[in-house]
Amino acid sequence: MSFTKSSVLKDQATHYCPGCGHGIAHRIVAEVIEELDIREKVIATAPVGCAVLLYDYFNCDIIECAHGRSPAAATAIKRVRPENIVFTYQGDGDLAAIGMAETIHTANRGENITVIFINNAIYGMTGGQMAPTTLIGQKSTTSPAGRDANNEGPPIRICELLSSLDGVTYLERVSVSSAKDVIRAKKAVKKAFTNQIEGKGYSLVEILSMCPTDWKLSPKHSVDFVNKEMKEAFPLGVFKDLTSS
Amino acid sequence: MAEKILLKGNEVMVEAALAAGCRFFAGYPITPQNEVPEYMSYRMPESGGVFIQAESEIAAINMMFGASAAGVRCMTSSSSPGISLKQEGISYIAAGELPCVIANIQRGGPGLGNIRAAQGDYFQAVKGGGHGDYRLIVIAPGTCQEMYDLTMKAFDYADLYRNPVLILGDGILGQMAEPVERNEYVPLCEMPEKDYVLDGCKGREPRVIKTLKLESNQALIDHNIHLQAKYAKIEEELCLLEEYRTDDAEVVVTAYGIAGRIAKGAVNMARDKGLKVGLLRPMTLWPFPEAAFERLADKVRKFLVVEMSCGQYIEDVRLATKCSKVVEFLGMGGGWYPTPENILEKIEAVY
Repeated sequence: MSFTKSSVLKDQATHYCPGCGHGIAHRIVAEVIEELDIREKVIATAPVGCAVLLYDYFNCDIIECAHGRSPAAATAIKRVRPENIVFTYQGDGDLAAIGMAETIHTANRGENITVIFINNAIYGMTGGQMAPTTLIGQKSTTSPAGRDANNEGPPIRICELLSSLDGVTYLERVSVSSAKDVIRAKKAVKKAFTNQIEGKGYSLVEILSMCPTDWKLSPKHSVDFVNKEMKEAFPLGVFKDLTSS
Repeated sequence: MAEKILLKGNEVMVEAALAAGCRFFAGYPITPQNEVPEYMSYRMPESGGVFIQAESEIAAINMMFGASAAGVRCMTSSSSPGISLKQEGISYIAAGELPCVIANIQRGGPGLGNIRAAQGDYFQAVKGGGHGDYRLIVIAPGTCQEMYDLTMKAFDYADLYRNPVLILGDGILGQMAEPVERNEYVPLCEMPEKDYVLDGCKGREPRVIKTLKLESNQALIDHNIHLQAKYAKIEEELCLLEEYRTDDAEVVVTAYGIAGRIAKGAVNMARDKGLKVGLLRPMTLWPFPEAAFERLADKVRKFLVVEMSCGQYIEDVRLATKCSKVVEFLGMGGGWYPTPENILEKIEAVY
């Protein structure tokens, strides 16, 4: 068995830290784009956050958006060019904090786009501040005593939140913390892109991902943190699928 | 002769945008510009374009970012507080050199202010507003006809210079209806090819639109140098103004937008009384018509600035005239506007 790097990814080392989940998520998305043969149709949005340099790695048209505003830009791009395949790639701060309004309204309009949501429960690029998805008790540089539900509120579960919106087609939460999880994640991402190709509407895949650097854990312990702590706070599964009925 | 239409200034702007080929609009309701999204909501689909009522001003301006990157002529509109909300997005659009047209139908401020006409957003419009060193091309129509003609030009300027263009109107101009000749849209010149558009990388290298410049310490400096060179070119090439009865004028009244139109009436009244008074009404506020001010400063005794704000426009008049002549002032913010009689009284007092 040999590994072949997707041609959708450029031949370039990433800036991601050892043990970070972004590299796996990038590979999954790239492989799906290659398998669906849509690279020349893709227009991606890069977020503000660790994945801002998405265009250094993906071999397709990309626009780097203001913090949290990818869904608005993606809405416009898809409306102007419905024949193209538009996806956003966003972190938890981008999607669930500063860009929450855009996230909810883009979902509710049922925009025919694909959203890849990386939830690593921390602000990575800015150095480990509390995210909207930081777990109760989890320490960050802005919640040094650990997140307190009474003070900061509990973590926001995006899939559950969006599942109440009638405009949404497909929501699934997956993980990249084990080989089995990666296989499941790829299936979900493929479905989210296929939905768009088939004009079925708004699809979001939430990917639980590791951040060893800002969690101050080893890569191995970071995997354990996702498998034990994060999966408990953010249960994996399909939260909505209008395509199955 | 072109067909005549009777519409409010806000609606006139929509008709002009559609005539110029605008095919994407996103906006958020705010008085006194509501006619723009309302009228767009049915006229845009009729024209084969996309209309979106955005969830916020911020979403609307970021939809411009996306729509422009996708290659379509696009427009958003708002009024003062809403334009403040858009500033981050405007900075990104300027940095990314994406053409788009933004209309600010100004209301009274600061804060929530009121919904009367005002010109209190002058500094925000011409000095930046958002973060970083960038410029907007700022156009100030004074009549509904100019709303029509200059809106069409705004789309050309945006494409020609790959720069956002701001139409700086106000609540009076947006709300008043007057007959407008529906002049045919003719591009100012051959428009440059849009070689930056994201439409999928079929048969070509992928394109990236980004405003983060981390490649080297020099990368962002180089981008600033490039932008400044573009702005210098625009300053060299772009100037619209109305000069009225200035040939033998001893005092020149200067105002823009609706205040300029009111001032024109006052100039005529002053002339009837034998006072040698003229008018300089810029229709581009950036670039500022410095040469016209310099020329007039050589021969007039005084300038009288009239603005519906507390002393913003006057700063550029002082700079353009290098303070070589007395600059008198008549202005107030918060929704005040002058009558021709108010201005005449001031002319007589300072003449």
